[in-house]
Amino acid sequence: MAFSDLFSRRRKDEPDLDTGAAKAPVHSTKVLAKFIAGLTGRSSPVLLDLGSVTGSNVTFFGERLGCKIIVEDLSKDIDKAVKEKTLADLPAHFTRRFSQEDTSVDGVLCWDLFDYLDKHAAAALARQIVRIVKPEGVVLAFFNTLEPKEPNPAVYTKHVVVDSAHLQYRPYPAARGKQRPFQNRDIQRMFEPLRITEQFLLKSQQREMLFRKLGGTTAAAADV
Amino acid sequence: MWKRDEAVKPTSQPTPAAPVASSVQPVAPVAQQAEPRRIERDLVNIGKSVVIKGELSGSEDLTIEGQVEGKIELKDHLLTIGPNGRIKAQVFAKTVIVLGEVNGNVSASEKVEIRDGGSVDGDIISPRVAIAEGAHFRGSVDMQKKAATASTTASSSVKPAPAPTVAQAAQPAAH
Repeated sequence: MAFSDLFSRRRKDEPDLDTGAAKAPVHSTKVLAKFIAGLTGRSSPVLLDLGSVTGSNVTFFGERLGCKIIVEDLSKDIDKAVKEKTLADLPAHFTRRFSQEDTSVDGVLCWDLFDYLDKHAAAALARQIVRIVKPEGVVLAFFNTLEPKEPNPAVYTKHVVVDSAHLQYRPYPAARGKQRPFQNRDIQRMFEPLRITEQFLLKSQQREMLFRKLGGTTAAAADV
Repeated sequence: MWKRDEAVKPTSQPTPAAPVASSVQPVAPVAQQAEPRRIERDLVNIGKSVVIKGELSGSEDLTIEGQVEGKIELKDHLLTIGPNGRIKAQVFAKTVIVLGEVNGNVSASEKVEIRDGGSVDGDIISPRVAIAEGAHFRGSVDMQKKAATASTTASSSVKPAPAPTVAQAAQPAAH
């Protein structure tokens, strides 16, 4: 009895994570709950995930929001551009990349993808996001605030949703490290006419941002 | 020491003898009972060297290790795409497990699983989707409750009558 009790208690205390990923740190997130709230109540929302494919995230958002999830792993595009030395073509590539129609997506998960892009590629990607997001749609993005240190580790982060307030950061190899951080005003300009509705600076010096495309009702309220 | 030896000997001798003798007898009938179940749940395999172009439908669980181009329909059954399976087709099944490659849309009334090493390029429609670490997926996932309920009601309404006709139609295709 004593032994079984001990083991069962230990299992309950351990986080419910995939094997091999248990060591990855779990960070709190403020903006994810706001993102989910922005999509809750919409009928059959469409969600675009620009990060790497994460099965548990697909399940989480699918069950939570009953949404259609489109996965477009852009980290592979960046890796390919680095390997083929075609980084200068990335802005043009992003312009052609998305087959989604204008105003067809309710929410976009960018995670920290912009940290790996230079200014022109980031601007091209942001333009596409602005194009495809529906009025009242929301965009979640993380931005690093620290200058990259040497040696700049070439790793992406897989953001695995633990719950609406926690994300597990799982590093995996990348072809390039994080680039210079964007200033707030640059981010704001990139995503115009989207509004930054939530912004949090975490202890890790990462900015969590939520953008919203103003629709009929919110646009009128904003004008007032 | 002396006490310990004494204690070990009597316990080690009778314990294997008694349970083995008693366990031998019940094992045989259990095995006999299990045999018919195994026969009922026999799986149909499409081997590595088999290439099918066209429509594949059936009313039993199916494992594909070969190549299929066209359409696969196993409405109330499990479809497993083995590690060597290469599918260029629209897939409809109750449950789909992918360990190989699928190019095309996958629709399941119960669950779609993409296991480690599995690859899907296409859209998935299923109430439950599991994508393992190390799996490749490009496309969209639709887990809408509407689609789930619609597919389950459709499958439940189909179950009583049309199942035999599906089975008849499937037999030549499976063999």
